[in-house]
Amino acid sequence: MSTFLLLTITGLGLGAMYFLIASGLSLIYGLMGVLNFAHGVFITVTAYTLWFVESKIGDVPVLPRFLIAALAGLVVGTVFAALTELVLIRPLYGRHIEQVLVTVGLALAVTALVTAIWGSDARVVTAPAWVGQTTTIFGAHIPNDRWLEIATAVIVLFALEAFLRRTRYGLIVRAGVENRAMVTALGIDVRKAFTLVFAIGGLAAGIAAVLYTLYSTTVDPQQGTSLVIFAFIVVVIGGLGSIRGTAWAAVMVGLVQQYANYYASSGLGDLSVVLLLGIVLIARPRGLSGSFA
Amino acid sequence: MPLLCVHDLHVYLGESHILQGISFDVAEGGVTALLGRNGVGKTTTLRALLGLVDRRGTIELAGDNIEHIATHKIVQRGVGYVPEDRDVFSALTVDENLRLAERDTEPRYDLVYDLFPELRERGKQAAGTLSGGQQQMLAIGRALLNDNQVLLVDEPTKGLAPLLVTEVALVLERVSELATVLLVEQNLGVVNRVARDAVVLDTGRVVHIGPAKELLADKPMVQRMLGVG
Ligand SMILES: Nc1ncnc2c1ncn2[C@@H]1O[C@H](COP(=O)(O)OP(=O)(O)O)[C@@H](O)[C@H]1O
Ligand SMILES: [Mg+2]
Repeated sequence: MSTFLLLTITGLGLGAMYFLIASGLSLIYGLMGVLNFAHGVFITVTAYTLWFVESKIGDVPVLPRFLIAALAGLVVGTVFAALTELVLIRPLYGRHIEQVLVTVGLALAVTALVTAIWGSDARVVTAPAWVGQTTTIFGAHIPNDRWLEIATAVIVLFALEAFLRRTRYGLIVRAGVENRAMVTALGIDVRKAFTLVFAIGGLAAGIAAVLYTLYSTTVDPQQGTSLVIFAFIVVVIGGLGSIRGTAWAAVMVGLVQQYANYYASSGLGDLSVVLLLGIVLIARPRGLSGSFA
Repeated sequence: MPLLCVHDLHVYLGESHILQGISFDVAEGGVTALLGRNGVGKTTTLRALLGLVDRRGTIELAGDNIEHIATHKIVQRGVGYVPEDRDVFSALTVDENLRLAERDTEPRYDLVYDLFPELRERGKQAAGTLSGGQQQMLAIGRALLNDNQVLLVDEPTKGLAPLLVTEVALVLERVSELATVLLVEQNLGVVNRVARDAVVLDTGRVVHIGPAKELLADKPMVQRMLGVG
């Protein structure tokens, strides 16, 4: 029972991070029709900024030091994401293949650059002590970072929904997902919304990067890419362009991965996720849901 | 001076030369009808005016060239668009559809709700669940919310029951007192009722320009150009 509970909470924590990454991917694809292969770069940029800043400030207690570094990482990651849209995506407006190719190029370039500067080995980040400790419920010793992951993802889910439902830009995004041309025909510069969803996507992925850093206490050049692969699967399962669908799919993928790794055999987790993807696509070819309803 | 001057407008869609150098003017005030059989390029003309398709040629709105301007900036100059397939946002509520269309600091909700009381009653309903007629009212209402110079209205009576066709015609009459209207319309009864001028297209070219009533009175010409009557 306690093992099952630990697996479940860990699976939910993993799903929380997948959700944070996938929600941005889903918004970007839904609004712009661009599969953003550079999304892992936003994770890498945030994580390395966090590590870099943390390693440069000495003489500060661990918690404030981590918070300052994390904040710096989030700011840099968000700005980087917005610039990606402005500098690389926008000039290729209307040319989807080129837009996707440029995101692939950016992903390869940044990964290579980071590896060239700091090497391919993982770098150690010092997380606040509380995060590494456990809380015991029903006999299960749950590492505290899992709670943080889940709580953060829930907050981000509600914040995203509030943004989509209650703000003018949210309205523009939801309308743009349905019919971009008609949004411009109402006199709205939809490109501002493009930059905004990239920034939001970069911020959410950056939050995932901070949480993943707490979980692994390291950063390395490849972790962005591996997380994003599962996030892509989550997006496809959840239905392109749906936040709720993405959340459900992220939970499913996180849980299936954990259960399969433990109850079947280690390594089967990834395979099971692919199997889940196949089953969902056969049963519901457009994913679990299809719009921002 | 005409409000809208179109000169030598060309549009290619894929390999097809859809608009082959069309020229016409829209005088200020009243309704100018853009007529022609199915597939001659009426919708493409409206989309070209808005910059929704790539086009070549000159387009002047109130004396300013707008052919190089982005769609949203053209619209901000006071162009309202009621597209052929309504294109209301189905996942948004009626209220949200209207709110999205707000451009002016004082959107004319009084006017819109006066013309279409149902839009107020159904404010919380998802636009995708409205009937075709209600969606058309929303599409028109959305264009009337702002104080536009010109309204581009594409087949507003298409697929509507006769009673609704009459209602839309009434609305168009009232609207034409507020703004200049360029109207694509297949229902010649509606054209006869509301239009002052007529421009007729055939396979991407202008084949006739003149007063609407004169054209409609000439049965052989209507038969030849529009294939009806
Ligand atoms: N995306 C497109 N690619 C190629 N041809 C198109 C496209 N859209 C419309 N057409 C063609 O352009 C012509 C004009 O279409 P349209 O402007 O919709 O005509 P109308 O509104 O007068 O019925 C038609 O022959 C149509 O088949
Ligand atoms: Mg048409």
